[in-house]
Amino acid sequence: MKKRIKVEDISKPSPKLAELRKEDFKPLPPPFEKLESTPDFAPLSEKSREKYESSLDDTIAVSIPKPENKQEEDELVAKFLSGLQKLFSKEDNWTFLQPLLLSMDHCATCHTCSDACHIYEASGKNPIYRPAYRSEVFRRLYKKYVKSKGGLLQSWRDGEIELNWTTVARLAELSYRCNLCRRCAQTCPIGVDNGLIAREIRKLFSQEMGIAAKELHENGSVLQLKVGSSTGMNKAVVKDNVEFIDEDVSEMTGMTIETPWDKAGADILLIHNAGEIMAWPMNPGAFAVIFESAGLSWTMSSEIAGYDGINYGLWYDDAQFARVAIKHAEAARKLGVKKIILGECGHAHKALTVIADRVLTGDLNIPRESSMVTLEDLIFSGRIKVDPERNDFPVTLHDPCNLVRLMGVVEPQRRILRHIAPKFREMEPHGVHNYCCGGGSGFAIMSGHNFSDWRNQISGRKKLEQILNAFKDELDPSIKKFVCTPCSNCKGQLRDLFTYYDLWEKHSILYDGLVELIVNCMTDVKPGFIEWEMH
Amino acid sequence: MVDLMLLVLSYISAVVFLTGILWRAVKISRLPMHLRWELYPVAHDKDRASYGGSYLEEPDWWTKPRKSSLAGELKVMIPEIFLLAGVWEHNRKHWFRSFPFHFGLYLLAGLVILLLAGGIATATGITVSKVSGPMGKTLYHLTYAVGYAGLGLGLLGTAALLARRVFDQDYNEYTKKADYFNLAFFLVTFAAALVAHAVADADFAVLRDYFSRLVTFGLSSANAEPTSLTVLSAVEIVLASLLLAYIPLTHMSHFFTKWFMYHDIRWSDEPNLLGGKIEQQVTDVLQYPVSWSASHIRGDGKKTWVDVAISSVEENEEQ
Repeated sequence: MKKRIKVEDISKPSPKLAELRKEDFKPLPPPFEKLESTPDFAPLSEKSREKYESSLDDTIAVSIPKPENKQEEDELVAKFLSGLQKLFSKEDNWTFLQPLLLSMDHCATCHTCSDACHIYEASGKNPIYRPAYRSEVFRRLYKKYVKSKGGLLQSWRDGEIELNWTTVARLAELSYRCNLCRRCAQTCPIGVDNGLIAREIRKLFSQEMGIAAKELHENGSVLQLKVGSSTGMNKAVVKDNVEFIDEDVSEMTGMTIETPWDKAGADILLIHNAGEIMAWPMNPGAFAVIFESAGLSWTMSSEIAGYDGINYGLWYDDAQFARVAIKHAEAARKLGVKKIILGECGHAHKALTVIADRVLTGDLNIPRESSMVTLEDLIFSGRIKVDPERNDFPVTLHDPCNLVRLMGVVEPQRRILRHIAPKFREMEPHGVHNYCCGGGSGFAIMSGHNFSDWRNQISGRKKLEQILNAFKDELDPSIKKFVCTPCSNCKGQLRDLFTYYDLWEKHSILYDGLVELIVNCMTDVKPGFIEWEMH
Repeated sequence: MVDLMLLVLSYISAVVFLTGILWRAVKISRLPMHLRWELYPVAHDKDRASYGGSYLEEPDWWTKPRKSSLAGELKVMIPEIFLLAGVWEHNRKHWFRSFPFHFGLYLLAGLVILLLAGGIATATGITVSKVSGPMGKTLYHLTYAVGYAGLGLGLLGTAALLARRVFDQDYNEYTKKADYFNLAFFLVTFAAALVAHAVADADFAVLRDYFSRLVTFGLSSANAEPTSLTVLSAVEIVLASLLLAYIPLTHMSHFFTKWFMYHDIRWSDEPNLLGGKIEQQVTDVLQYPVSWSASHIRGDGKKTWVDVAISSVEENEEQ
């Protein structure tokens, strides 16, 4: 029988609040239906357990060093309390105060959200991954220390909770067991948003206590603001790399491709997730082929952050978010472009188009458009000629949450796929009801300790199930299959997932972006653009 | 004297109920503008709500008019409010408990309206009974049907919800003592009302008479002599009045805050266009002082959000 875990248990010190056992996880469809057909969940090393806070479950995302003594613990708890107060002040949190307060005050704990969560489901309904668990812990803290400040009726009305270092440390980790996909919020009959609550908890830790996942902060937004990209590429390196890509793409397509840089007065500034340039170079290459073939007036920017559309602040920190968004807008303003087009990166789309919409004013408020929309326009206006027969293999589409559920860009990519991929089929469910890839909210780039095992076994499990089901009649490795994934972070997660379960070697299932599929069937270029090998 | 005290209690309850709602609504609407956080489908998108699309699917969307549809919102809101469509779709087991409770409450809200109408009618000399004119007869039968259906469904739903909170561990572990109290409060009120009507006021005539005095501030009654309320009816009125005043003070106020959840957050997709109202609001909130303490911000309560956003991480860390 599985251990019951109550909300107030989070405060009770123990080596581990919840245990992750492979036999509890939701069974996968064939060919992974047997426990032994999937890899084992790697345990945390003793060294990690000794050094970092790890009393939540069997993994670590944030790597919070254990306090040396009680005094340090008390100081951290005091800082947490101070951050908690600020999170509910209009000056410090105008950005999300209204949505946060409404979610804090009105949950009826009906658990309608539970079944919507892929992490809760995949874990075999582990009680701490229930979307409402984290929120209820935080709600009780808020009500006890911010709203009512104690009082006779407080615990009667709001429930028991004790604030100590165990609670704080576990809550920090727990805020990184949610992909922020907001599928749960979509099902809440009242409108409570557990995803937002997880995000705001991360923010409290980052903005008040300086605690955040290293991959998102130090190696993420800080590095991006310092050198221009979280990949570490500076202006010279990125230009060199793109030059190599141009050469490769020219050779592959038979066209002469030269990516324009810093072209003042161009109509379009194209901003990629720079991870594409490093890990999936054919993606920016394919964009260049399409834009050049269509005769667009476009450019890339070598300004700080101008060539890297990521904005990790979206997932953990408003200040870092605003800084990066402003850099993106400044790059566009400097070039005098008419619009910014976001490459295949879901969170970059949402960050700059939707969230930054209420940060950028005046001449920084330059229109932003999704590349999905631009590509659809180019194809259906006839500016790009395609031969769908070149894509005569099974194709399915992964919907990046940020692009679809959180931004409403749903159909353009589908209309393209229906036109260029004769064997296109949907995953179920899809569109705004999709499941996250499991790498959302920064997880795709987080692999410290055994966190990648957690991603591959739990947060990515539902997506694996969906992909296997989409191709269930064609799992034979002689049939090459393609998961169209128009998002860099999602691709990062699928790369890890496919490698972990050996999907390419055993079943010839590959993933890549939308533009690769488009170029693969463009009649102006040599056939065979898609490289059928794991990358 | 007892009658007067009951009238005063009912007035106070109505005032607390309305003031509570108004106070909370004003408080929520006065909160500063927040960042966009919409969630699709956005029901008012005229052409795309059916599949969850947005105006951002349009090339050069900022140059084109956005088509909004009130009918689209109503198409979602009506089944959501009256039939709990979301719970039906995502939590069917719970719907069978939650729907009778909520629909029972809607019917009881309808009962209050019918009793008010009946009270006004009797105060103005119109008889409300099963043998009176068409209007009186209609009011009589509607009150009867809506009243018993509302109380019956409400009682059934409350009992089912309470049973789930007590016996289902998943629910039990999240249920606060106040939640049990709330449900018990509903249960006792519905049960007392049903008993009162079964025993002493089968056709709601006593209650209608009470409402007649309520709307005329105690001056009018269907009878020449004001009806003396039975203890059972008095208990019903006391419990119902207290419950009415209590609801907006609890999380059960979600019945109206849901409007903000949907319209201010989930469906709030209005873009910030150059020179528009939103741009001015953004400019204002960016001037708020910041006091976050982490080293990459070092808010001192004087720096504004603009200062933070245009400063670098390093210059803050060096301070």
